[in-house]
Amino acid sequence: MIEMFQEWYENRHDYAKHWKEENGGKVLGYFCTYVPEEICYAAGVLPVRILGSHEPQDVTEPHIFAMYCPFCRDCLAQGLEGRYDYLDGIMIAQSCLHVRQAYTSWDLHIPTDFSYYLPMPHNVQSPRAVPYLLEELKSFKKALEDWTGKEITDDDLKRGIEIVNRDRQLMRDVYELRKREEPPLSGLESMYLVVSSQMIDKEEHARALEDSLKQLQDRTMGRPVGHRLMILGSEDDDHEFVDMVESCGSTFVIDDHCTGSRYFWDRVDLDGGDPLTAIATRYVNRVPCPSKDWPERTRVPHILDLANEWDASGAVILQQKFCDPHELDIPAIKEALEEQGLTTLFLELDVTVPIGQFKTRVEAFLEIMEEEDLF
Amino acid sequence: MAKYKIAPLKTWQRAKEIRANYYRDYEAAHEKGGLRWAGGAWTFDAIPAGLGDDVHSITSEPYGATIAYQKEFSDRCLEAAENAGYARDLCSYMRNYWGSILLDEYGWVEPGEERKPFPKPDFVWQDHICCSHAKWYQVVSDLEGGIPTFDIDVAVGPYDKTTKHGIDYVVGQMLDGIDWLEKTTGRKYDDQKLIEAVYNTCRSESTWAEICVLNQAVPAPLEEKTMYSLYVLGTLEKSSQEVADFYEELKAEVEERVANKIAAVENEQARVMTDTQPPWGFLRVFRYMAAKYGCVSIGSLYTFALIGNWLWEDGKFVPRPTPQSQGVELKDREHALRVLAEWELSKPEWQHFYSPKYKSDMMIQIAKDWKLDGVMLHYNRGCEGLSLGIAENRLAILEAGFPVMIFEGNMGDEREFDEARTTARIDSFMESLSIPKLT
Repeated sequence: MIEMFQEWYENRHDYAKHWKEENGGKVLGYFCTYVPEEICYAAGVLPVRILGSHEPQDVTEPHIFAMYCPFCRDCLAQGLEGRYDYLDGIMIAQSCLHVRQAYTSWDLHIPTDFSYYLPMPHNVQSPRAVPYLLEELKSFKKALEDWTGKEITDDDLKRGIEIVNRDRQLMRDVYELRKREEPPLSGLESMYLVVSSQMIDKEEHARALEDSLKQLQDRTMGRPVGHRLMILGSEDDDHEFVDMVESCGSTFVIDDHCTGSRYFWDRVDLDGGDPLTAIATRYVNRVPCPSKDWPERTRVPHILDLANEWDASGAVILQQKFCDPHELDIPAIKEALEEQGLTTLFLELDVTVPIGQFKTRVEAFLEIMEEEDLF
Repeated sequence: MAKYKIAPLKTWQRAKEIRANYYRDYEAAHEKGGLRWAGGAWTFDAIPAGLGDDVHSITSEPYGATIAYQKEFSDRCLEAAENAGYARDLCSYMRNYWGSILLDEYGWVEPGEERKPFPKPDFVWQDHICCSHAKWYQVVSDLEGGIPTFDIDVAVGPYDKTTKHGIDYVVGQMLDGIDWLEKTTGRKYDDQKLIEAVYNTCRSESTWAEICVLNQAVPAPLEEKTMYSLYVLGTLEKSSQEVADFYEELKAEVEERVANKIAAVENEQARVMTDTQPPWGFLRVFRYMAAKYGCVSIGSLYTFALIGNWLWEDGKFVPRPTPQSQGVELKDREHALRVLAEWELSKPEWQHFYSPKYKSDMMIQIAKDWKLDGVMLHYNRGCEGLSLGIAENRLAILEAGFPVMIFEGNMGDEREFDEARTTARIDSFMESLSIPKLT
């Protein structure tokens, strides 16, 4: 059941190549979860998120100054090493400067038929953001139409919204089960569910999710839950790390990051209105990346609510090394979580993580939590 | 015997006075019934100008640089920020700025006086194109126990692809901002003051670009270390009449220097440009290059275009004429804001946020037009915004045939700059350019 999602994640390139052969459609690699996938599905294009491989590499040094985050360098490395050679196009929705460098260097050095920079507004707390994004989405829709040679109708857009919304709702249903005293799936399994949805045809993904949901109703993990933890911060699909933490006597029951809940949390509310306006409203109002969370820190109450509702007693705060937007939020988030009674552990991720050293710190963190439980 | 005549700038003292008065006015604003606001050097400072002549600002980047120049104080500020939980790899201007708040010590000190407490701003007026811009002041507000804050997002794509809805988005935020300023300060907004400030902004920025063009002359009348002290006035208050007037006075003087072949470096024999902010605590490396090799840094895209505004069309990089010189008369609030938005969005230093290609093309053009022998890129760990794409710039400049030296450092954190290693690199670079030592 869950193995299918893991398999998809691990064989993402084979999946996309096969999808192309089967469907004859175009595959679009994208760099940030602000990309409106609904419009891609409306156009019959498969959007796949470009992620790193967590392997050491030496190809990005001439292109990206070393003070930028390991994630953006790892992503670019995949392109320079030819692992995404099946992509028909690439795009980015404007977010942080770091991942933007991966996109711009890719654009300069790896020829593709289609390359699109969507200036997603940063000031998502301004009433001016939705009208602006709406116009940008019109331009993006037109660019996709020109590229694919096919008009995107309102019905197509509604179908795209339905496809993506359905998968979002099913993921929310899975996350609801994680509130149980005995969650039926681990944080690692949950991670595979979410991250695979960023690279698999969502209709197929949703079918698999639906089947999994039925089976999850009566499932147990077959091991003690241990400490209920939250994981939050920068992009994190480091399965080895998640597995290590959970093997030390804990379970991640909730998260806030962009390969987790932040990706699918909010649905497009069509409500009989204009589909593009509905999509623009969703992306402006979604749980924000810290690069767009200003002047108010709306992430803080959201994270506290998640911790509370999923009954987490500790939080692992992760950050891709040099990730400025997260570094600017972490002191405020850490303070808020600790005020709410959670124990926190802060760790910095690189392309590869020092599992041995991190394990020592995680064990110490869990021991502290045990002492707090005792006294 | 020296190759060229040299002479100190006559306007130098005036530049120093304007800068000193700026920090004094901010600090003393409340004593005179005025207001204090804080925001970045790139913010639309013309807009708060409509609140009255007694409203004074402190711009964050120059303030961070001012602290960086005071090494002992900077070290204390950086440590205070780190002790409060802020990562060491964040923008070093920010960390200096926050440290000054945490220590409650003002970065501007009058000669012979004690350091004063940090003057808390009444409100924040910021723009946002770099990830750190609006977030910077979110932390300032956290540290100060809450400050009313208004941010304007200007990241609407590169200027050659500007759209009407992009301008509408920026102008819409500006209009909301004026309503917010009135509510926050309780003051009535004066559109005429806004219009004057917009004219001044355009005049300051266009004139500074014209001054930079004069540096195409051989010998160069200005060298970059001096230019830092001059362009900074635009980063403080580009919308003020005083700064706009000063640049016109300076331009007349630099024209005179060109006419009389008065050099910045008396034995000029090599010309380079740099990139990004310099390590402020180590500006003496420029003196080292000049004294040892007769090498003048004629500026950079950073010094030319952070404040200067330029036209970049058909392979030409020329000062952008002001709207007023083109017969544009600002009619009302919305017209003034639209002109201001369109003007600022065209700034060369805002373009590389969308692709390094824009910056590479402009830098290569500067290298040609300013007759350069080589380029020195500062891989600046202190500023992710201006170091964005710098590795791609290096590749493009090399491909265009210009030798490139890189040196790693930090504009505002002296702990991350290795002076001896940098001067050794300069020696190697000069040798590779076949520039003989003077001494």
